[in-house]
Amino acid sequence: MNNKLIFQIAISLLLARWKQTLVAAIGVTFSITMFVTLLSFMTGLNDLLDGLILNRTAHVRLFKELSISKNQPTDLYYKNSKGHNFIRSVKPKNERLDITNSGAIISTLQKDARVLGVAPKITAQVFYNVGSIDLTGVINGIEPLEENRLFKFNDYVTSGNFLDLKNIPNSVILGKGLAEKMMVSIGDVVQVTTSKGERLSLKVVGFFQSGLQDIDKVQSYASIKTTQKLLGASANYITDIQVKLKDILGAPVAAKEFESFYEVDAIDIQTANSQFETGSSVRSLISYAVGITLLIVAGFGIYNILNMMIYEKMDSIAILKAVGFSGADVNKIFISIALSIGIFGGAMGLLGGLGLSSLIDQIPFNTDSLPTVKTYPINYNPNFYIIGGIFSIITTYFAGYFPARKASSIDPVIIIRGK
Amino acid sequence: MENKNQKKVLESLNVTKYFHDPVTIKILNNINFSLYESEFVSIIGKSGCGKSTLLYILSTMDTDYEGDIAIDGVSMKGKSEKILAQVRNEKIGFVFQFHYLLNEFSVLKNVMLPGLKLGKYSEKEIEHKAYEKLKILGIENEALKMPNQLSGGQKQRVAIARALINDPLLIMGDEPTGNLDKKNSQIVFDIFQELAQEFKQTLLIVTHDNEFAARTTRIIEMEDGQIIRM
Repeated sequence: MNNKLIFQIAISLLLARWKQTLVAAIGVTFSITMFVTLLSFMTGLNDLLDGLILNRTAHVRLFKELSISKNQPTDLYYKNSKGHNFIRSVKPKNERLDITNSGAIISTLQKDARVLGVAPKITAQVFYNVGSIDLTGVINGIEPLEENRLFKFNDYVTSGNFLDLKNIPNSVILGKGLAEKMMVSIGDVVQVTTSKGERLSLKVVGFFQSGLQDIDKVQSYASIKTTQKLLGASANYITDIQVKLKDILGAPVAAKEFESFYEVDAIDIQTANSQFETGSSVRSLISYAVGITLLIVAGFGIYNILNMMIYEKMDSIAILKAVGFSGADVNKIFISIALSIGIFGGAMGLLGGLGLSSLIDQIPFNTDSLPTVKTYPINYNPNFYIIGGIFSIITTYFAGYFPARKASSIDPVIIIRGK
Repeated sequence: MENKNQKKVLESLNVTKYFHDPVTIKILNNINFSLYESEFVSIIGKSGCGKSTLLYILSTMDTDYEGDIAIDGVSMKGKSEKILAQVRNEKIGFVFQFHYLLNEFSVLKNVMLPGLKLGKYSEKEIEHKAYEKLKILGIENEALKMPNQLSGGQKQRVAIARALINDPLLIMGDEPTGNLDKKNSQIVFDIFQELAQEFKQTLLIVTHDNEFAARTTRIIEMEDGQIIRM
């Protein structure tokens, strides 16, 4: 009963000054709208830029690096002597680049509970023959289906069908930049030579555009089998095993474990791309800082309006106290006023934020480097709305707190006698 | 004309008050008096004699004093602000020189407010009571108007209706006719008299209108912070 009455009084005071109230509410609405939009847009952009690399990169990559042996014979021989060994100009042994026992490793990895998927890959250095000129490049041998499931391969194939890699023997998908250099179109045949001198004719079935021009100028994709044939290698020749985990954060630990367990080299995504993480977190930090500043400014607006309202309503407060409303009741009245402004303004702001961000989502955004993106990226993360909503209530509460305390401590005698 | 058989509604025991700004002045000096049920008492005195100050102490709104006051036999000394607010709500009705109606609410709602705050009756019952009170004061037809649509005399009558809504033990008035013309003063006085005689309402009115005071049942006269006649 009492709370209902207090709320009624608060609403009446609000409506009596509805223009000021509206201005205060618009302040909150504006700041929440901007807060939500800014964060959605910024995070959308972050996700886009990160996805550019992170989506296409394995969480853990297993490979074999040609390097000198860590255990040199002299070290073993003189293990117990007190002197030091100095060895200069050690050269790596000519070893095969493929991962030993790759079939077993892949099937074991596929059974691991942490692993989302495994995609084998072969990297082959080649020359593309264009008339009398040879262009250096790389052909990646992949399993198209698995590559698409784990790394969204199809998103980057701008023309042609990626499944043709599997269905048409000796086929290749060329980088867009490379295709332009070679002036070939789909259906043409290109000649490639491996570093060992093997030659093969490959049919172009599509183009891909990764967003990174340097890559598009040198790389092509072919199926594993085609690449093995190109290299003259056996059917178990695999140079890389790409592992995608269910939880990306587990990558560093998993990489270490795989490295020692399978006796191969392993690198995790965090080590390989540490710069992206830093960039994203700084950008979100800036968005939050700007958003919260906007809210605090709106809070000062509410503070001012409530303060003015208290001076205007001094008489009303005094008489409420004289007829039996306690200081705590008066306090509640003004806190309710502030919170009503906050909740109303905040709710409108959340709607406004949703509207504005979906509007931005419709704005065309075409760039050569990002073939899959047609409009500005927006991340509709519900957390932004929750944070915005909670923050609008907290700010308005504090904006109302001090004026309300002042109102509750008004001495009715001074005001009534003053007349 | 003290009547020992009647219930003491209000008692002032050695009430002393100082004003400290700009220099310390003793504004009330050892005020002792009692108010009995259904008395119609006026407090008179020259400006600055402390009669209003005394009224605000007795109303529990001013708590900065020495001595003690008892309302309905209960001491008010040292009670919390919340309890004092409750006492004012339940036991005291106020009429000021200025009407102090809330312009955001209709006349009816203004009258209902203290009743809603008390929360003893349902909203419907309070509304019914408010209409009754307005009827006593002859302004039931104005119930749904806003206060700023009424004349000064009507506003003051609404204020009296508001004071009556919780059937208070005591009605206090601080120069309730001070702002009114002769005719309206007469109306307000007649209302007070009717309340005292027909409804046995206890009234304590501060006034400097000697004509008004002369028609009450008892006069307390003050001078320089002391009671000189009661």
